Amino acid sequence: MNKKRKLGRGVAMVGAGMSKFDMFTDRDSKDLFAEAFLQMGDSVDKGLDPNDIDALYIGNFTNDFFAHQSHWGAILSDSLGLIPKPATRVEGACASSALAFREGVFAIASGFYDVVLVGGVEDMSKGNTETVAEGLALAASPYERKAGFTFPGIFAAIATAYFEKYGASREDLMNITIKSHDNAPLNPKAQYQVTIREMMGAKIKRAKEKGGAVPDWSDEKDFLRDPIANPTIAWPLHLFDCCPISDGAACILLVGEEIAKHFTDEPLYVAGIGQASGRGLNAADDLTYFEATRSAAKEAYQMSGLTPADIQFAEVHDCFSIVELLHMEDLGFFEPGESYKAVADGLTRLDGPKPINTSGGLKCKGHPVGATGAAQLIEVWEQLRNKAGNRGVPIEGLRIGAAHNLGGTGGTCTFTILERR
Amino acid sequence: MVDRPISDYQFERFLEKEKLMGARCTACGTLFVPPRAICTQCHGSAMEWVETKGEGKLAAFTCIAIGPPAMIEEGYNRNNPYCTGAVELAEGPRVVARIEGVDTLRPETIKIGMPLKVAFLRRGTGEDLRIVLGFTPVDDCCG
Repeated sequence: MNKKRKLGRGVAMVGAGMSKFDMFTDRDSKDLFAEAFLQMGDSVDKGLDPNDIDALYIGNFTNDFFAHQSHWGAILSDSLGLIPKPATRVEGACASSALAFREGVFAIASGFYDVVLVGGVEDMSKGNTETVAEGLALAASPYERKAGFTFPGIFAAIATAYFEKYGASREDLMNITIKSHDNAPLNPKAQYQVTIREMMGAKIKRAKEKGGAVPDWSDEKDFLRDPIANPTIAWPLHLFDCCPISDGAACILLVGEEIAKHFTDEPLYVAGIGQASGRGLNAADDLTYFEATRSAAKEAYQMSGLTPADIQFAEVHDCFSIVELLHMEDLGFFEPGESYKAVADGLTRLDGPKPINTSGGLKCKGHPVGATGAAQLIEVWEQLRNKAGNRGVPIEGLRIGAAHNLGGTGGTCTFTILERR
Repeated sequence: MVDRPISDYQFERFLEKEKLMGARCTACGTLFVPPRAICTQCHGSAMEWVETKGEGKLAAFTCIAIGPPAMIEEGYNRNNPYCTGAVELAEGPRVVARIEGVDTLRPETIKIGMPLKVAFLRRGTGEDLRIVLGFTPVDDCCG
């Protein structure tokens, strides 16, 4: 891991599109990926002839379990009219499409392909909540499952260790939730389009109309402390600490650096890309950080020659609120034990010096697991190309952004740094 | 010395005999619970079974209100959460296990660092009988 790695050939991102993230009763993975693919095509400034696509890498965690259908590489290649282009499904739990992106980067860097479609899809909402929870738990270790751990439960246990070591509390997690809900309504693709305050207002209005007891929450944290409004899922995590169940797809076009300008005058370049593996709760070095995130970040920083201070904004994997805190420390944005104070001080808000999860994060944008890694990179794309509308990061000369994606309970982590030159 | 293959399968057979066993690397001495066939420290593969004392302290925990189907079948729900956690054994390794004998409706009373003792939980009946690894507070142990 100490070797400074580099790509044999530079790789550029020249197109990106994603479906709306939501729970859909009437749309499956093919439908969602087609929407993402068509938007990706439209986003290529100088146009894309689909016949020029050499290959596909598709991230998908477990549609086999969620939707009783496997083999998503070839099925999507067919549905997009791209037969006989080779299509490979890539699986790394919730990091599946960040891995697909990475495989696409390598395929181009090797010189084998010139134009590669990467992305991901997940169709989670057709089963009931118990089925989804069981499906997600397939990515935990067998020991964790036998001990009765659920996915929220694993991250809840990590929260207790972090709280104990650094003196943080549930109140600190609420700052993350409030921030994510403030950003999401500015993102038309996000699953949740309401701030916590708007949600409180709607509930009060409904209570008044019904003539029942009207809640008298004093502020957002007061609302989040209410065990009826925000019930326990796995103590100390509550409903509003958890990402929702989501369906969605995300699609990205990668090309060799030297042909990027054939597609757009504003390509983004892969400056650094890291991936690492980590262990579960029983064997990880420490329960207050993610060893795989630290290793992946180190690799990406070394490759790019950049430091954490150079990353102007980032999408950080926040399947649960506590995870955003740990990862910001693992990525070097804040010292260990300091990130919750930074969040409380507003440093990671949209108008702060280090905006985190401007998309609304997994918590509010939604988390169709196989699509998430690519969707995070699409947020970086929109920000760096000034297409993020009202949620645009208000930093002069925005040039460098990054996305961090976690799979399982820390088993797979990626960190990808994109730059505009 | 116990002459059995180093595997999760055998680890569970030991649990049935109320033994919490680990595998120790004969080359470098590192102990693994659950067992590993290959040492993560020196990559050696000459491992031997070692019985632990079954004592440790709580490293992390959660009280789960919304459990998987198997736990719901055991009778756990929002009004009756169960506790599960990570336990640091006296010998060093960390294991994940059910934590019994704690007040799961008042999780703030459960303390990281509290001393625990192994408990072999019998779940299911007949052919479905299985032993689940658990721990209970030392002070509160039923023996």
